[in-house]
Amino acid sequence: MQKRTIVPIVYILFLMLPIYWLVAMSFKTTNEILAGFSLFPQTFTLENYQTIFTDPTWYWGYINSILYVTMNTVISVAVSLPAAYAFSRYRFLGDKQLFFWLLTNRMAPAAVFALPFFQLYSAVGLFDTHLAVALAHCLFNIPLAVWILEGFMRGIPKELDETAFVDGYSFPRFFATIFVPSIKAGVGVAAFFCFMFSWVEMLLAKTLTAVDAKPIAATMTKTASSAGYELGLLAAAGTLTIIPGAIVIWFVRNYIAKGFAMGRV
Amino acid sequence: MKTENQKAWFFVLPVLLLVAFNALIPMMTVVNYSVQETFGDNVFFWQGLDWFEQILRSDRFHAALGRQFLFTFLILVIEVPLGIAIALSMPRKGIWVPVCLVLMALPMLIPWNVVGAMWNIFTLPDIGLLGYFLNHVMGIDYDMTQDPLAAWITIVTMDVWHWTSLVVLLSYAGLVSIPDAYYQAAKIDGASNWAVFRFIQLPKMKTVLTIAILLRFMDSFNIYTEPFVMTGGGPGNSTTLLSIDLVKIALGQFDLGPAAAMSLIYFAITLLVSWLFYTLMTKDDLN
Repeated sequence: MQKRTIVPIVYILFLMLPIYWLVAMSFKTTNEILAGFSLFPQTFTLENYQTIFTDPTWYWGYINSILYVTMNTVISVAVSLPAAYAFSRYRFLGDKQLFFWLLTNRMAPAAVFALPFFQLYSAVGLFDTHLAVALAHCLFNIPLAVWILEGFMRGIPKELDETAFVDGYSFPRFFATIFVPSIKAGVGVAAFFCFMFSWVEMLLAKTLTAVDAKPIAATMTKTASSAGYELGLLAAAGTLTIIPGAIVIWFVRNYIAKGFAMGRV
Repeated sequence: MKTENQKAWFFVLPVLLLVAFNALIPMMTVVNYSVQETFGDNVFFWQGLDWFEQILRSDRFHAALGRQFLFTFLILVIEVPLGIAIALSMPRKGIWVPVCLVLMALPMLIPWNVVGAMWNIFTLPDIGLLGYFLNHVMGIDYDMTQDPLAAWITIVTMDVWHWTSLVVLLSYAGLVSIPDAYYQAAKIDGASNWAVFRFIQLPKMKTVLTIAILLRFMDSFNIYTEPFVMTGGGPGNSTTLLSIDLVKIALGQFDLGPAAAMSLIYFAITLLVSWLFYTLMTKDDLN
C-alpha cells in the first residue's frame, strides 16, 4: 500500500514544479532574475503585484476575462438545460444527427475560425465587446454542456416528470422548481467545464477584442514584447490567472470526476 | 422509453441557433475563400478546387501534417497509460482524495498562453529551474530554442504535464464506480492483479477512457497556443504543427485561399480520425 501512494505523490510534485517556479519568479525583482539562478527569491518583493493592481491596463485585463467567462457560462448553461432535457426525454426528427453535429463543433480547430470570426463579429457590430467573446466560446462550450447535462438528466427517472404533471405543475414551473434542483450537481459540473474552457481559451478571445474587452492574455503578450523582458511582471500576471480556476475547482471537487463519468460518447 | 415528441425541437432551438451562428456562417466564409483568389480590395476570382490540389500536393503541408500526427501519437501513447497507472494507484477514499484531485486538475485551469509562458520561464537555460538543472547540474547541453530534439521533448513534456490529469480524473471516475463486491469475488477466485485489471477495472473504465482518448485526440490535434508561445514553431520549422502553420499562412502571409482550403482539409481529417477512434472503441458494444 505504501509503495503505491508514491506514484500520485511524485506525479503531483511534477505538476507543482513549473507552477512553483512561476510563483517564485513573481516575487523576484527583474535584476535578481537576470543576475542568475536562485531557488528561492533572495530579495522578496511585491512590486510586480503592485504594478498589476495599480495599472488599469493590467487589472482591466482580468476584469474583462472574468466578465466574458461569466457571460459565457450563464448563456451556455441556460440554453443547454432545455436542450439536454429534450435529448434525454424525447425522440424527435433528427435528434441523433443533431447531437452528433453539436459534438463535431468541439472538434473544430480554433485556428480555423479565428479569421472568419473576426469578420463575422465585425459585421454584426459586436467586435471588441465582452458579448462577442462570450458568444464565440459557445461554439465549443454548448456542445460540452449539453453532453454533460444530458448524462445527468438520464439518471433522473421519468416518473418524476409524470408525477409532477399529474399534480398539476405547469412545465416551466416543474422544470425550474423541481427538475433543475434535482440535477444541481450536473449544473455545477457543466458550469465548471464551461468556465474552464472559456477561461483557458485565448486565441479567439484575443482575435475578437482590441481595447475595451481585451483579455488578460493580450496584455501579457504586449508586456512580453514591448517592455523588454519583464519576467517578474509576466510571472506575477500568470500566477494571478491561476487563482480563479483554483477557487472554482475547490467548489466542485467532489463532482468533477463524476461529471465526465456520467456523460455519454 | 423515450416518447416521440416533435415539439422537443423548441427546446433545442436556442442551442441550435447559437451554435449554427458560430459554426455555419464562419464555415461558409471559409468555404467561400477556399474556392476563390483575391488580390485585395475585396475583388475575388473563381479558383475552383486549385487551392485544395495545391495544399494536398505541397511538401510543407505534408511535413506539418506528419509532425502533427507524430505529436498526437506521442502524447496519446504517454498520457493514456500513465493516466491509467496514476488513477490505479490513487487512494479510493479518505481526506486526501479531494486534495489530490484539486491539485491534479490545476494545470488544466491555467490559460493556455500562461502555460506556454510558464514553461518558457521553467526551461530558460541559465535561469529556469529545469534549464538550470539540466545544463549546470546534469551537464546536459539543453536549449530548446536551438535544438529541435530538445524543443520536441519540451513540448511533449509540457503536454503530458498539462493534460495527463484529464485521463487520471476520468479513469478514476470509472474506478470508483466499481462495487467492492467485485474485488472480493476476484480475491476468492485468487485472481492476479493483472487479471483484476484486465477483467474488472479495464472494462469498467472503457466508457470514460473512450471519452478521454477522444478529447485528448481532438485537443492535441488542434493544439496551437502553448507550442506557439514556447517555440513559435521553431527552431526552424521543427515544431510547426498544423494549427501554427495554418495561422502563419492565414494571418502571417494573408494567403486566404490556401489557408481556407487547408482549414477544410484539416477539419475533415480531425472529423475522420475522431470517427475512426469512436467506431473502433465502441465496436464491441454494438455486437
